[in-house]
Amino acid sequence: MTVPSFNLLAQSVLSGIFIGALYGLLGLGLSLSWGMLRQINLAHFALAFLGAYLTYQLGASFHMDPMLTLALIVPSFFALGVAMQWVFARFAISAFNSMLVTFGVTVIIESLIQWIWTADYRKLESDYAVMKFKIGPLFVPVPELFTLLVAIALSLATWAALRYTDLGRAMRAAAEDAPIAAAFGVNERGLALLLSGLSAAFAGIAGMCLALSFTLAPSQIYAWVGVVFAAVMIGGLGNPLGPLVAGIFIGVSEAVTMALTAPAWAPLVSFSLLILVLLLRPEKL
Amino acid sequence: MRTAARGWFVVATLLLALVPLAGLPAFYESFLYLIFYWIVLATSWNILSGYSGYFSFGHGAFFGVGMYTTAVLSGKFDVPFLWTLPVAALLAALFGLGIGAVVFRVRSMRGELFALLTLAVTFVLATIVLNTPIDGGPGVYLSAVPLPKLAESPSSTFYLLALALTMICLWVAYEIYHSRLGTGLFAIHDDEDVAEVLGVPTFRYKLAAFGVSCAFAGVAGAIHALFVSYVTVGETFAIAVPLNVVLMSVLGGSRHWLGPAIGATVVTALLYAFTAGDYAVAGRALVGLILILVILFMPEGILGQILKRLKQRSRAAGAAAAARVPAAAVANGTINVAAPAAPGVAPIAAAPAPKGGVLLRVRGVEKTFFGLQALADVDMEVREGEILGLVGPNGSGKSTMINVVSGHYRATRGQILFRGRELVGLPAHRVAREGIARTYQIPRPFAHLTVLDNVALTAMFGRQTLRRAEAEREARRWLEFTGLAAKHDALPDELNLHQRKFLEFARTLAARPGLLFLDEVLSGLTPPEIDAAMRLIRSIRDQGTSIVFVEHVMRAVMELTDRVVVLSYGRVIAEGNPAEVMRRPEVVTAYLGKPHVAADRAHV
Repeated sequence: MTVPSFNLLAQSVLSGIFIGALYGLLGLGLSLSWGMLRQINLAHFALAFLGAYLTYQLGASFHMDPMLTLALIVPSFFALGVAMQWVFARFAISAFNSMLVTFGVTVIIESLIQWIWTADYRKLESDYAVMKFKIGPLFVPVPELFTLLVAIALSLATWAALRYTDLGRAMRAAAEDAPIAAAFGVNERGLALLLSGLSAAFAGIAGMCLALSFTLAPSQIYAWVGVVFAAVMIGGLGNPLGPLVAGIFIGVSEAVTMALTAPAWAPLVSFSLLILVLLLRPEKL
Repeated sequence: MRTAARGWFVVATLLLALVPLAGLPAFYESFLYLIFYWIVLATSWNILSGYSGYFSFGHGAFFGVGMYTTAVLSGKFDVPFLWTLPVAALLAALFGLGIGAVVFRVRSMRGELFALLTLAVTFVLATIVLNTPIDGGPGVYLSAVPLPKLAESPSSTFYLLALALTMICLWVAYEIYHSRLGTGLFAIHDDEDVAEVLGVPTFRYKLAAFGVSCAFAGVAGAIHALFVSYVTVGETFAIAVPLNVVLMSVLGGSRHWLGPAIGATVVTALLYAFTAGDYAVAGRALVGLILILVILFMPEGILGQILKRLKQRSRAAGAAAAARVPAAAVANGTINVAAPAAPGVAPIAAAPAPKGGVLLRVRGVEKTFFGLQALADVDMEVREGEILGLVGPNGSGKSTMINVVSGHYRATRGQILFRGRELVGLPAHRVAREGIARTYQIPRPFAHLTVLDNVALTAMFGRQTLRRAEAEREARRWLEFTGLAAKHDALPDELNLHQRKFLEFARTLAARPGLLFLDEVLSGLTPPEIDAAMRLIRSIRDQGTSIVFVEHVMRAVMELTDRVVVLSYGRVIAEGNPAEVMRRPEVVTAYLGKPHVAADRAHV
């Protein structure tokens, strides 16, 4: 094992922070719906990819700015999330079954993507893609920086909303004990619809960020599942800041592992961490 | 019935073994091979996950261990293919047992956490295989490995190999389903803590199921390695393997040994039909849609749904027959409707000892939870043949006491001797074997087992350890005794609270315990129901079982108990004759608080 130069290591840490921000952004909606609605939403990843492909298509066909696509993606994904929660509530789906149903949804979305965009790799061509600037010896790519800022903004906003607004307090009460909260006048069904809608909208936003810096293929949907789940669980369920912090922690550990050993060893870090968390404090989850 | 089943297995195997003689095109044999392959994977998954409720997403890992065992041994070291099969089974089983030995020690490792943990294990294993000489990255080619010549063509050979494995796997799943192990696993599925307290060695059973499950997955992987003849990390450890397996089992019905096989056949055939017709993408979407619809509309799976229908039909027929029983038979007592006392029942305790000897001795027992002291230096004894009242205000440590004696909690300090044997440190199922049973304040029946099976379970695992048929006979006896005989085929959900409490009784009695803890069995019952329950408790004692009676209904405590022990803040504050003890000022204070009025007056 050769010790890499300081610059290389610093650049690795930086890229670890950026990829970690995307883990956190993908994990945010997942953590909310798992922690507060007791649903394990595998379809979150498929939704993010659907968002990414929409950003790609709108950019390719109409030269629409990726940021502008959010005006379309956020409301439509919000509606999708609400619809999904409506079905879940209607059939009183258990936590485990939610995982199976959303896997079914994932497979359908994946097929849809493959049918429309084929299994080939697609890459969004945008002005942002090549933008980067230098801080000292380090390169900072703009799309990744943008992702980091979005992740921080959304996580903080969600955290503050849950903590300081009446709506957020009602949501936490409903997550703690839905029937009791309902008895005190909290409209827990309405809140669940709202929360699920928000979670899906977050998936759409994460998808837009994904499209900015990654090539897309339908099979890539599954590549993110493990790491993001690790970030969500290490960060603590239902805690909006958790996925981002844990995501960056994982991202940096992976990047450093890659710099010190071979890139292919990176998954070992996140999954070993996840296993440790599961074994050492399962009661917290 | 099981001999008949064995016959059917043999006949089916022989008939299917004749298929290669028909000279079908290789295409069909490969298709059948794939069906068998998925049947083995789904059925082996179900032996752990469907039976015990521990849903594993790590089946890809166990399958992968087998695949790479053969890939390395045959591909790199030229070991003959057939020799690698037992090695693959062994390594996969050991791998699973190692994981289980760690994971199953963690309490509250249930459901989705276990699923994610096993999934993470898969990714870790994949990373290690990819980065070490096991694979190293480029994959392993097996095209040079000679295939044993079991039949004319390679496709027939694979067909026969997979057929043999499938039949063995289904056979094992069938045997486990009908065995003690299976009964214990289904109890673990519904309520693991209760299963353990009733005598099921939960840790060992989960490990056994895990080991068997992994071994079959390993062999399936070993055969499949040669079938695909090129093994890569990406394909082997893909998330598609565990997801497909779960899908197939849930679709077919994971509570039955044959369910996964049905699901595997349906899904494989569907996928194949679409791939053949160039609509692979549509086929996948359809499978996703089917999964959603099945979970939403028939959560018990295809086979589960069919069996439920059949049962409903046969029960409707049975009810019609029962309605024809002349009312006179009920009236003159020929048919026992709800009277708890049933004459002619054998004594509960095998050897009722002479009254008065000490049965259970508790000395200096202490229990703390994270610094909170629930029991402090408790001394008490239970004598042969008595009903001992254990009373005290809420939070005084009565339930903790039951949990400590039954082995659910381990005492922090002290000694608990039952018939002279130390209980502290024994796992709960061993305590149950010694002859101690308990009921739960809020009844905790196994929700998916019938009333009869709930009771038969303790006869199989409690002090008696009967075989299944005898256990059912024993269970019927105690259902008769508690007046639940007519409900033997019902699920616990269909009972009212009173009946559920009596089911708790029947379940503990079927173990024929020497000592029975009754935890607030009367709470929530109406006065006439309380009278019936009290008669039942007396008749249990009269048959030789000593009883510790935890209760807040004071009338019952006064009428039933021979002695009482009063707990307050985890300490014994009084002991003796009930009428006398309950009048003592310190006991009254513990229950009602200090008489403030008197105190205030003293000040004035």
